[in-house]
Amino acid sequence: MAQAVLNLPPSSLNPDQLKENHQALQKEQRSEARTMFRLTLPALLIVGLLMVAPIGWLLSMSFVGQDGSIGLENYILFFSEAVYREMFVNTFVIAFVVTAICLILGYPVAYLMAILPSPWSGFLMLLVLMPFWTSNLVRTFSWLIILQRNGLVNQLLVWIGAIERPIALVHNMTGTIIGMVHIMVPFLILPLYASMKAIDLNLMRAAANLGSTPAHAFRRVYLPLTMPGLVAGTIMVFVMCLGFYITPALLGGGRIKMIAQRIEESLALYPTWGPAAALAVLLLAMTAICLGVSLLLVRRLTAEMRG
Amino acid sequence: MESHVSHRERLWLYIFVGLVIFYLIAPTFIVVPVSFSSTTSLSFPPPGWSTRWYESFFGQEKWIGSTWVSLRVAFGTMVLATVTGIAASYALHVSKLRMGNLIRSTLISPLAVPSILIAIGIFFVYARIGGMLNTIHGMILGHSVVAMPFVILTMSAGLQSYDMTQEMVARSLGANRFKAFMTVTLPQLKFSVATSMLLSFLVSFDELIISLMISSGPVSTLSRVTFATLRDDVDPTLAAVSTLMLIVTCIPPLALHIVTNRAKKKGA
Amino acid sequence: MTLPSTTALPVQVQSLSKHFGEVRAVDDISFDIRPGEFLTLLGPSGSGKTTLLMMIAGFSRPTNGSIRIAGQEIVHLPPHKRNIGMVFQNYALFPHMTVGENIAYPLRLRKVGKAEIEDRVRNVLDLVQLGGYADRRISQLSGGQRQRIALARAIVFEPRILLMDEPLSALDKQLRETMQIEIRRLHDRLGMTTISVTHDQREALTMSDRIAVFSKGRLAQIASPTGLYEQPESRFIAEFIGESSFLPLRATPNGLAYGDQLIQFDEAPQHTSGNMLLMLRPERLRLATGDTSGEGANYFRGRVQTVVFQGESLLFEVMLDGGHKVFVRVANRSDSARLVPEEGQRVTLCLDRADARIVRAED
Repeated sequence: MAQAVLNLPPSSLNPDQLKENHQALQKEQRSEARTMFRLTLPALLIVGLLMVAPIGWLLSMSFVGQDGSIGLENYILFFSEAVYREMFVNTFVIAFVVTAICLILGYPVAYLMAILPSPWSGFLMLLVLMPFWTSNLVRTFSWLIILQRNGLVNQLLVWIGAIERPIALVHNMTGTIIGMVHIMVPFLILPLYASMKAIDLNLMRAAANLGSTPAHAFRRVYLPLTMPGLVAGTIMVFVMCLGFYITPALLGGGRIKMIAQRIEESLALYPTWGPAAALAVLLLAMTAICLGVSLLLVRRLTAEMRG
Repeated sequence: MESHVSHRERLWLYIFVGLVIFYLIAPTFIVVPVSFSSTTSLSFPPPGWSTRWYESFFGQEKWIGSTWVSLRVAFGTMVLATVTGIAASYALHVSKLRMGNLIRSTLISPLAVPSILIAIGIFFVYARIGGMLNTIHGMILGHSVVAMPFVILTMSAGLQSYDMTQEMVARSLGANRFKAFMTVTLPQLKFSVATSMLLSFLVSFDELIISLMISSGPVSTLSRVTFATLRDDVDPTLAAVSTLMLIVTCIPPLALHIVTNRAKKKGA
Repeated sequence: MTLPSTTALPVQVQSLSKHFGEVRAVDDISFDIRPGEFLTLLGPSGSGKTTLLMMIAGFSRPTNGSIRIAGQEIVHLPPHKRNIGMVFQNYALFPHMTVGENIAYPLRLRKVGKAEIEDRVRNVLDLVQLGGYADRRISQLSGGQRQRIALARAIVFEPRILLMDEPLSALDKQLRETMQIEIRRLHDRLGMTTISVTHDQREALTMSDRIAVFSKGRLAQIASPTGLYEQPESRFIAEFIGESSFLPLRATPNGLAYGDQLIQFDEAPQHTSGNMLLMLRPERLRLATGDTSGEGANYFRGRVQTVVFQGESLLFEVMLDGGHKVFVRVANRSDSARLVPEEGQRVTLCLDRADARIVRAED
């Protein structure tokens, strides 16, 4: 039987031509890559020139003293001036307290969102996301109205007889914390929900089957499994609290100063930008450390879970 | 999936979550009735009803002027962030740039950096070069920094679930990359684009800290004026401003939601 | 009805390679495609066939090599300048356009006049037997219809050649077999050079003038369906196209032998180097009756292991005395029912001299 096979002569492109061809193709490849890179350039320039570069500049500026000399003068201010000590204490205390309260309030919400069937779960998610659409300014203002001397909360407390005279709920740390928790809770709920959603509920059923009470199963099985999301969410909220400006400025009554406010004030207070830059670097360092810790912890926790 | 724990046993959970949700959502709405109050105190319930605060808002240059500034800046940010963000997202998605991950991380990083830091960074840059402080275009650029991550994230997600063979087919039929993108890809990414535009508009409109640092006087945004008024001289016009802001920020997502659902019904 | 005018053009692939670092997805491939030919690129996944198609289309840049259509080098051209029609596996019809707008798309890009566009769209829709569908939305079409619209769109602008990437894999079996014949018929009417990629050997055998079989980035063999089936060059091809059993052969002074038995060939095979195997197609083996000695044919003795009823045929497994297993396929006809052996029965299998073929053991 005749075979319809075409026996081809070997390639008629000689090695030199092949080499030239290869180089031409590589050149085209590089040209295309360059075009693609250029497409990212406008966005990259905006973020790079207006955020990344200035941060580097901040770093160098922080080491320049008021008379122009290089040194740690601006950083020493942190220890020498009493205002700074108070500011550090305020910032950390508020951040811790707010984060803790967010955790207590947010964990059950995330839990319910994760175990409810749709459409309820979706509905709950919508409610949790709603605050994101409203400006922080508006929300903070609402708290001002509600927490003022003759505001709703005081009226209610007096009416039910819990207190005799209205108490100061705003223009102090209390008001600041209430306002910040209000803004931060959804930020904790979302990552927590994400990690909870991934948990197989059969594990809880298996625990019950083996004789565990719901509370016990929760503590020993569910809680540990939610750790990655919990750690990520908690640290993220903490970090955001550190850098907060609006709420402490408005609900703190001028008495509560956190880092962000101090940075802004330093610009007007000192003749050079050095002190403000030093504070900025400090805030940046704290943010970076927290995020780094969060990343490592989450990675280690997820690795452990995978066994 | 049904849980083996009954609803009754979980009642405390439902009540607790209900309270938390109430705490999250309800307080914001207090600005609405207070905006119709007849007195200058921010008391609730208001002793009488009146629209004087709305008249005050529309009657004062500082409010109307700053609203107009905010709208222009927000619109400009929407255009700039969306266009540059779409170009960058597309390039990152389509090519295997060696620094692709680094570029993407950089573009998304403003989310992780505290706003105050971004704000003074921009302030320092603008203070050094002339013609940027206290200008509309200066603010548009500044706001685009914080809006960029939203555009990149939204567009990247949209591109992930988009079938790139559509664009390949268009190119095989004779369209160059740009034409294929404009006539085939972009129309199919309508919702991602709309969401990006909406998010960047809202991010800019709500933005306070950057505006605080780089604008003042006649070029102040609404947020800045609101903040200054809140801090210095509380005035129920603020309640009217807040109510109006609530409406502005609630309508677009609602509209988008309705349009998306109607399109889903038609397309399915 | 006027057909899109097409000319049959030859395609020449030379020294084409695509390397991804150390991996050679396509390794120095050269072959020619005759004008108007329907060539199928066949191979398992990862064999490089799709990468090759993508390089011809322009979506993948070769590491080296040349691709020429009618003598014109296209390897440095971007896809939109190559004037090549392409049908993708998932059809990639534009969902935001109607059927008519989809088909008109390439014509609008070429600035064809409105009246002419309408004409050509109508013609090509009639050609794929979907006349009148111009105003339908893509979501209203069935899988088979989408396939035909994708085809219509790919040929309406009279491309120089047509490429198809697993065009039938998304269809169910029934539709696939119908479309195989449809596409072949369309190809014959248009006379366009067509290159199709598939991993389905039956599809390749049905539709192609020639098949190029790929393995691990290299071209294993290129031949007509009959040629590949009857004269595969290696075990890989013999197994990929159709079924086969193999018996190891050793070279002796008198010829090739299986054990002590000298194999009888019609034409003495050349190129017997390395490990050679005797290829036994299951349908070419017969149960021998009568005189089973002599040199008119090849006889193998063994014992039946299993008999499997497969509807149109029966397959039985025989363990030869030489220690190797072979498969025999017998058509399920009433007169052959008498010949079907039982499990455990001793049989003698017969392979005609004309059906004796050898293949290389390695690729």
